[in-house]
Amino acid sequence: MAANCPDQYPVAMACESSQEKNRRAYFRANLTRIIILLAIWAFASFGCGIFLAPWLNQWMLPGTGYPLGFWFAQQGSNYIFVILIFVYVFMMTRLDRRFGVEEKD
Amino acid sequence: MTVQAWTFLIVGLSFALYIAIAVISRAKSTRDFYVASKEVHPVANGMATAADWMSAASFIGMAGLISFLGADGAVYLMGWTGGYVLLALLLAPYLRKFGRFTVPDFIGDRYEARTARMVAVVCAIFISFTYVAGQMRGVGIVFSRFLEVDIAWGVIIGMALVFFYAVLGGMKGITYTQVAQYCVLIFAFLVPAIFLSLMFADIAIPQVGLGRLGDDGQSLLQRLDGISTELGFGKYTDYKWDSINIAAITAALMLGTAGLPHVIIRFYTVRKVRDARSSAGWALLFIAILYTTAPAIAVFSRTNLLQSVPGTAYVDAPEWLGTWEDVGLIAWQDRDNDGVITYAPGQPFNGKPTFAKHSETHETLRGEHGQRLITNESVAGENELYVDRDIMVLANPEIAGLPNWVTALVAAGGLAAALSTAAGLLLVISSAVSHDLLKGAIMPGISEKRELLAARIAAGGAVVIAGLIGIWPPDYVAAIVAFAFGLAASSFFPAIVMGIFSKRMNGPGAISGMIAGIVFTTCYIIWFKFIDPGSNNTQNWWFGISPEGIGVVGMLVNFAVAIPIAALTQPPSPAVQTLVQDIRIPGDS
Repeated sequence: MAANCPDQYPVAMACESSQEKNRRAYFRANLTRIIILLAIWAFASFGCGIFLAPWLNQWMLPGTGYPLGFWFAQQGSNYIFVILIFVYVFMMTRLDRRFGVEEKD
Repeated sequence: MTVQAWTFLIVGLSFALYIAIAVISRAKSTRDFYVASKEVHPVANGMATAADWMSAASFIGMAGLISFLGADGAVYLMGWTGGYVLLALLLAPYLRKFGRFTVPDFIGDRYEARTARMVAVVCAIFISFTYVAGQMRGVGIVFSRFLEVDIAWGVIIGMALVFFYAVLGGMKGITYTQVAQYCVLIFAFLVPAIFLSLMFADIAIPQVGLGRLGDDGQSLLQRLDGISTELGFGKYTDYKWDSINIAAITAALMLGTAGLPHVIIRFYTVRKVRDARSSAGWALLFIAILYTTAPAIAVFSRTNLLQSVPGTAYVDAPEWLGTWEDVGLIAWQDRDNDGVITYAPGQPFNGKPTFAKHSETHETLRGEHGQRLITNESVAGENELYVDRDIMVLANPEIAGLPNWVTALVAAGGLAAALSTAAGLLLVISSAVSHDLLKGAIMPGISEKRELLAARIAAGGAVVIAGLIGIWPPDYVAAIVAFAFGLAASSFFPAIVMGIFSKRMNGPGAISGMIAGIVFTTCYIIWFKFIDPGSNNTQNWWFGISPEGIGVVGMLVNFAVAIPIAALTQPPSPAVQTLVQDIRIPGDS
């Protein structure tokens, strides 16, 4: 971004603040994604895996003989964690590019 | 070939491989030594992190522990994996952008205070030593069980090996040996698991085997629930602890994982911020392969134990029972003198079995059925059988009737798990001493060459101390592991997260928060584990949370102290505000 800023003093100031704004918007977008993904993280583990597990155990994971709450606690939450991280990587790679803050090689 | 010959061969080959890798990738600079020059590929870093993370306890102990705990074992399965989500989302990318060498580096720079850095150094060293002692012990145990050498010699061999590659190679050597160690340990874990799954569930994927419906329309889990209830143990798939305590322990382990310095430091070694995010994903994927297999092994072992042992006459019991009784990990006390093994909830006696020996010849004394006699005093209850929890993974190949080389492979896997974790921890100790204490505080002007030498000497010294603790473990090693997680959760995790996500958090706030968190957590654990262990039960716990889970309350205490104090004191300097601004953005723009 900085490379596109003209050298003249007043314009550079304005440019700086728009860069500032861009960075703040980027970080806010990042925070939104973090909050959403952590909500899923907490729901899968503490929700389905712990507090709701006894209730969920009345059903089986479809097509199997896995009590559902037990499955979340000992299998499912683990898979969901892995997926969440890769989803975040994917989202952030796009976000970095959209805001022009990605790293140069 | 005998098991022992196979073990010498396979363990020997794996050691030769680690040494060869260490020689190829030795460290030439402090940057190499501390962070592998920040050039590790994210997938390789993921594997190294996984090996670093999965310790002797994960490999040898966890499946057995879950097998006895049943559903409650989920605290470890979720607690030791969920932290990676926190790492990937809240810590790793920002710390990578910050781009120095250690965790105390960040704490010191962000909070502009030597006190903060010193608190961090002391915590890092304490946590790492707590942890490393168990690893060295694990090495000794594997050696003594499979190669019949003395535990002390086993520890010395392990020390020599770690000394060689950690001191020579630093982070760079450790990283690439850990990649090899991951491959060895995961292969060694999966082979017996796959065979067991074929035996018990007719399918080669253990994760699927548990829930697969058999010809009778029931899954293995449902059958186990049935047998378990019949014997009075209750349903295997139902929680027995309070939900609040399960949640607290899980959360403390997750937050602790995300705050452990040897895990965090691994994310300094990749090239880019994006790589730090993705390598957390790879790490968790590689970890999940073991962590989703372990509960399957737990169920297979539990089913096997409950199907073949209770109600069987000792003389007709399966062969492995006798083998492990000879090693001292199984004991049977025929309380009702009927020659039949009764297995019921509760312990037959307190603590570990002490086997009776002839007073002069020191020969093992045996009862009328051929069982080893024990001198422990019985406690109330019907249970006659003592089974050590560590036995499950180690006994699996035998239970499944697998060839000798599989047993040898399990030994090599256990060693790989213990050594890789030990090496990662030793590096944290060495960098804390040479980089944070020596260069950071005592002699800031130290030259690069001498700092590298100091790092090597510190790593060497740490190996020796860890080995000594491994040979003569203090009794309280197991009790203080809760400390490592509690401290990491109540000090590092909140201090780092606030340092990244709050521009207003300052030195006085963070330092008082860390100290409050540490003091609270330490007092709670010391009270229930050492001062008054008799009161360590649900009635006396605060909020129904056991010492293992108290780290999460420690973290809340940290926040509750840090935030108001920061609000009442000066905001951080403009330089720090720029630093925070800067680590939030991946690129340099």
